Amino acid sequence: MQDTLEFEPTAYHIKTSDEGTALDIRDFNLWYGQKQALFDNNLEIQKGQVTALIGPSGCGKSTLLRCLNRMNDLVDDLTITGKITVDGFDIYAKGVDVIALRKRMGMVFQKPNPFAMSIYDNITYPLRVDGVTKKSILDETVERALQQAALWKEVKDRLNDSALGLSGGQQQRLCIARAVASDPEVLLMDEPCSALDPIATARIEELIEELKGTYSIVIVTHSMAQAARVSDNTAFMYLGRLIEYGDTNTIFTNPQKSRTNDYVTGRFG
Amino acid sequence: MTSLNEQLPPASSAAGAAGVAANEAVAPRARRRYSADLSALGEPALWGFGGALALGIIMIALFLMVVLYNGATTFWPKPIDRVELTDGTVIAGVERRGTIFRPDLPRLTEEQRAVVEENDGFAYRTLYQTANFDLYGDDFRWVADFEVAEVTQPADFYYFERQVWGVFVGRIAGMQINGVPMEYDAAVFRREQAAARDRFREIRRLERNDIGRINNLIERERLNQRRAILRQGEEAAAPTIAQSQERIAELQAEFQVLQARVNEIRALDRGFRVTLEEVGGRQIEPEMSQIVRYFAANNLSWTQKLGIYLSRWGEFVSAEPREANTQGGVLPAIFGTVAMTLLMVIFVAPFGVITALYLREYAKQGRITSIVRISVNNLAGVPSIVYGVFGLGFFAYTMGGTIDQLFYPENLPNPTFGKGGILWASLTLALLTVPVVIVATEEALAAVPRSMREGSLACGASKWQTIRYVVLPKALPGIMTGMILAMARGAGEVAPLMLVGVVKLAPALPIDGFYPFIHLDRSFMHLGFHIFDVGFQSRNSEAGKPMVFVTTLLLLTLIVIMNATAIIVRNRLKRKYATGQF
Repeated sequence: MQDTLEFEPTAYHIKTSDEGTALDIRDFNLWYGQKQALFDNNLEIQKGQVTALIGPSGCGKSTLLRCLNRMNDLVDDLTITGKITVDGFDIYAKGVDVIALRKRMGMVFQKPNPFAMSIYDNITYPLRVDGVTKKSILDETVERALQQAALWKEVKDRLNDSALGLSGGQQQRLCIARAVASDPEVLLMDEPCSALDPIATARIEELIEELKGTYSIVIVTHSMAQAARVSDNTAFMYLGRLIEYGDTNTIFTNPQKSRTNDYVTGRFG
Repeated sequence: MTSLNEQLPPASSAAGAAGVAANEAVAPRARRRYSADLSALGEPALWGFGGALALGIIMIALFLMVVLYNGATTFWPKPIDRVELTDGTVIAGVERRGTIFRPDLPRLTEEQRAVVEENDGFAYRTLYQTANFDLYGDDFRWVADFEVAEVTQPADFYYFERQVWGVFVGRIAGMQINGVPMEYDAAVFRREQAAARDRFREIRRLERNDIGRINNLIERERLNQRRAILRQGEEAAAPTIAQSQERIAELQAEFQVLQARVNEIRALDRGFRVTLEEVGGRQIEPEMSQIVRYFAANNLSWTQKLGIYLSRWGEFVSAEPREANTQGGVLPAIFGTVAMTLLMVIFVAPFGVITALYLREYAKQGRITSIVRISVNNLAGVPSIVYGVFGLGFFAYTMGGTIDQLFYPENLPNPTFGKGGILWASLTLALLTVPVVIVATEEALAAVPRSMREGSLACGASKWQTIRYVVLPKALPGIMTGMILAMARGAGEVAPLMLVGVVKLAPALPIDGFYPFIHLDRSFMHLGFHIFDVGFQSRNSEAGKPMVFVTTLLLLTLIVIMNATAIIVRNRLKRKYATGQF
């Protein structure tokens, strides 16, 4: 991890335009040791839209998602070729401030992972690690983030209670609130509903609908129904390759590739 | 299971018969057992596991019961037996224990031999604590059953615990109040004895605190003079020395005043005496202030016994030892044990945790890290005496010797830090227990779920922030477990301490009222070593034996208290950082 700054970290928080490409993935290959996991992926993620990554287990969709905020840096023995650019910055270029990059990309994980702190501290965590100590800013952020995550009404009277006392669905919405607290541009969601019951899932899906526009959302999901419900664009991946990418409607109703057709119609996967 | 098995075969053979009818070539299906046999169910192994556990628990319970019984009953006042022997001698003492033995037949009288031979050459003998060491030259006497003519428990026999010479068993023949001999009067004696004890404590306080302070100041002046000479040379230091000499003269004048006061009290004290008479009629006349505790052992009500019992426990935990540690209290040892253990924790906690943090979180996992890890684990298996030798050689002689040369040259050739002391002892123990802390911390860190770290990193936290705010709090209960294990091991360790600072009798505690108040260079007493010393190194091991059990009980209690505190703290942390209901 490099700590040198090539550019001001605040530059990440400036939204240059409201349309166009949020993330551009070009010729992206990835190896875990000797084993290649991603093959020549090319993908443009649109600003303000929801992009779903679907595909059978082990197809590399989570791997690709975790490359977008360089979470894969934690893995030893990883080789990468190709480019991922955010507003023209190559995030895998030398000397990139990974910490600043991650502040620009909120991430929500498969299992809710609130920290063992109060609800308030959980949400202010991204700001506090950034050095923000002013109470008024923190208070404001907590209210905004919780309202964005549709959790404000439920927890506003117990902000100082432990976050671990919340239910699973509430914990996941808290994690979403935490992810949007630092006002990122992109929200990465790695199967955010896979550990939740249907009612909590519906709440999260509603939430995605509301957050769309404010943030560009990339969601990895196992459920084709969910992809069809929440996403604008869908990318179908199979064995590390991007098979087809396009408008969600098109992918589900009129796919160009037979493998996509087989998958979305439930013939395999 | 078996009933199911019995029911099935008819059904399967019926199916087989149908198959045969359909196609003659197919062989009938082999019978299949549907129940698992005994070994598959693991029942015999279960007996083994349970048995091993039961054996362990029984042994621990036995050990605890022995310690608890002996430790708890030692201080209970026991009656004094007056034993008349067949040869006319009379002894008085407290029954200690009895054994069966094989007497030397030719030395016995006709009748005695007949009794012994009737019992196949064996006889029973009892050990009496006859006390009165100053008169008899021995504290104990074995009495065989066949020697005894009569045993009585006279009500006028008293048990005296004295400041020196140990216990006296006998009658009170009279007393002297302010130099005037008079008849024994219980009420007067009780009052005067209490007053005498107060005088005794007054003398001790004067000697300890006031005279001790003056001695301390004089010693410091003397060291200042030497320091001045060493630093500035003989001539340049002359004014300082003259000043210092003046100060010493002042202090000595003060000393004279205090000494005179002490002598005055002593002279007064000599007038108050009690005449004690042992069972054979010999008398002694100790000062009343020498009597620590006395009671008519055969004439006590249940509440009086309880009072004596509690007062003995009180003395045990709050006073200094008497009589080569076989009597009195163990306060310095309690203090030394606790202080040393806490000091050890202060050293070992940051050191172990930081090492483990680097090893687990920062070091590149590879061959070298593995070697380091294996070496750390092996360190836990090195015999503790080796650490003692290392501590003495490295900490005391090398480091302490250097410190002496640099900072305390005026005291040389007397070592200040260049000998065993509580600082070096706790550092040695810290070294001994650091592998435990490292291993436990590493495990605790490894147990922090990956999702927690990822969550923090995804928020834009740096690695250090993640460790500081997310990983460490989550790992804290596990780290505390390591600390508890380290504490338990450190508090119970004796062997290395014998080399690096534990002594039989420490003249002063490591913390007192004299500048600089905390004396980490001082040697100290330790309960574990105390047990060894009292039980096995004392001139009179029979007298020390009950103390061994009491001290063991106390040491166990102390360790339990320290561990319980740590466990409560850990559980509180655990509750705070518990995973939610998810």
